[in-house]
Amino acid sequence: MTDQAQKEGGNAWQSEAFIKNLTKRKRAERRFRLTGLLAIITALTLLAILLFSIVSKGYTAFVQTFVTLDITFSEEVIDPNGTRDPMELRSANYSKLVQNALRAKFPEVTSRRDLRRLFSLVSGDADTKLREMVENNPELIGKTEPVSLLAGDDVDMVNKGYIDRNLIEDDRRVKDMELSWLDVLEADGDIEIHFNTGFFTNGDSREPEKAGIAGAMVGSFYTLVITMVIAFPIGVMTAIYLEEFAAKNKLTDLIEVNINNLAAVPSIVFGLLGLAIFLNVAHLPRSAPIVGGLTLALMTLPTIIIAARAAIRAVPDSIRQAALGLGASNQQAAFHHILPLSMPGILTGTIIGLSQALGETAPLLMIGMVAFIADIPSGFGDPATVMPVQIFLWADSPERAFVEKTSGAIMVLLGFLILMNAFAIFLRKKFERRW
Amino acid sequence: MQIQADENVEAQRNADHGVIIATRDVNVYYGDNHALHGVSLDINKHQVTSLIGPSGCGKSTYLRCINRMNDTVDGCRVTGEIMLDGVDIYGPEVDEVLLRARVGMVFQKPNPFPKSIYDNVAYGPRIHGLADNKDDLDEIVLTSLEKAGLIKEVQDRLHSSGTGLSGGQQQRLCIARALAVRPDIILMDEPCSALDPIATAKVEELIDELKENYTIIIVTHSMQQAARISQQTAFFHLGEIVETGDTEKLFTSPSDERTQGYITGRFG
Repeated sequence: MTDQAQKEGGNAWQSEAFIKNLTKRKRAERRFRLTGLLAIITALTLLAILLFSIVSKGYTAFVQTFVTLDITFSEEVIDPNGTRDPMELRSANYSKLVQNALRAKFPEVTSRRDLRRLFSLVSGDADTKLREMVENNPELIGKTEPVSLLAGDDVDMVNKGYIDRNLIEDDRRVKDMELSWLDVLEADGDIEIHFNTGFFTNGDSREPEKAGIAGAMVGSFYTLVITMVIAFPIGVMTAIYLEEFAAKNKLTDLIEVNINNLAAVPSIVFGLLGLAIFLNVAHLPRSAPIVGGLTLALMTLPTIIIAARAAIRAVPDSIRQAALGLGASNQQAAFHHILPLSMPGILTGTIIGLSQALGETAPLLMIGMVAFIADIPSGFGDPATVMPVQIFLWADSPERAFVEKTSGAIMVLLGFLILMNAFAIFLRKKFERRW
Repeated sequence: MQIQADENVEAQRNADHGVIIATRDVNVYYGDNHALHGVSLDINKHQVTSLIGPSGCGKSTYLRCINRMNDTVDGCRVTGEIMLDGVDIYGPEVDEVLLRARVGMVFQKPNPFPKSIYDNVAYGPRIHGLADNKDDLDEIVLTSLEKAGLIKEVQDRLHSSGTGLSGGQQQRLCIARALAVRPDIILMDEPCSALDPIATAKVEELIDELKENYTIIIVTHSMQQAARISQQTAFFHLGEIVETGDTEKLFTSPSDERTQGYITGRFG
């Protein structure tokens, strides 16, 4: 309070110093708000850039170019003996049909080298489709039908605009000759773009147009099942025991500190542990979801334990006292009241731990889940890979077409993560309780 | 207990008023903190004994010794003797679960389980196996709610949540829950401190009825309440019992000047 104010008999809030202080406080608050706003805007911008770059690169992974060719199912190629024996039909050379169709379309191409280029317009996977058609309907033999076949990855890339036609030919992966064939096919309306179901139903492949994430998705699923089955019960039991039963002493303090530290251990260390124990000592199958799941369970355990302990601690002591006061044993109080009441929190923590495990790559590299596996795993012991590792593998591949596959796979992975986290939020909201 | 002719009830009650709990030289330590210093107190059967005293004087600690709820507190140590019907409840052969079934407790803040009203009351009988079948259980639940004076208010919504009741109703639900285990003794730790005067009056009325069949020990901060509902009063101060005796005598002619000071509002 200034002397002047005192002289005038004014109150403290009328004094000059008070008003000055007030403006200063208000300015400080405005500054703080602005900083916060700036932080949020920066974070959101970066996030938007990330999402934009992934989506803009990756959305084309969900569509695929197809070339329609008039395929002549000639009997002399498929079934020269005319027996219609299924074994015969199965082992026939269907690539020949595609090659014949392409030759018929472009009769001017004769040299071996040019022919190889011509044949690469259509994916090597085309023969599978033709074989299935013939096996399902042997009547086709001898007929000629237009069939929509998966295009080769170069055609796909040109069609999606990823290859610049204006580059000089030497710098271009697709040569002028191929472009001219494409233009002819395009002009005839033989090139189409369809939804890429293969992306969701195929396993990995060396040929980008055939590569899909089904193998990785199934692998991730098996791995997460193992992780959940191992980590959830052990984690919850540990948390319950530590919170409700264990005596509070030096030993439990030590255990608590160690659990908290484990949550911060780099995940690759868990990979090394998995390698040392599950592969080298227990001799479980390499690259298998069971080993991946066990390793990730080790990694997820601390997260689940910490989340479960927090959820258990959040149950008011009055509930525990009410149960004990009625003559319930510790175990009854824990399992009749505290566990059910803390379950939403535990589940939320578990789901967040699992979504962490779903996105984990490093520990799985150590146990061999980084191998190229084309087959979709059909069990916990089959060699498999998981989605983040698949992304890593594709990002590492030289073919241009794997760029969009990588982004596409990232989008699928993010989709699953968002789904899992949304489910966690849903659980929390649904079972949230206020005392 | 059946309602009989007045003098019979009176006679029976008088006959019943022996000492049910005798505590001798009870000391309680929370770690290094010596919370109760050599407390000795007799509790009479089928009477209301109120424990009064300023905050932190050890009255709740004493109360929680009687059903061994202090066992659940880490670092808590109890010495001395608490005899319930001649058996030391801290003796090795006493099971605290059984003890808590015999000595029920009502807490300061109403703490119904976040379950239905029915399940709240049925929980005790269920864990102790007091009911053979569904009808038995229904009977116990309804009787308990009736004894707690809550039946009229909740009979059409037995299966709605217990936490949806008002504060006073919740507290009576907690009393019904304690009664359902058929205890001999009910400990009440400031049961009315979170309630408004009307709800308080209902709970006090209930306590008055319950003393016909149960021994009640109540911790309270309200001296009026102690005077209204209890027959015996013990005044705690700094972890010791300063004075104990008939409520009427203690409030009208206290023998210790600290009691005098506390009940006249000079401190505490």
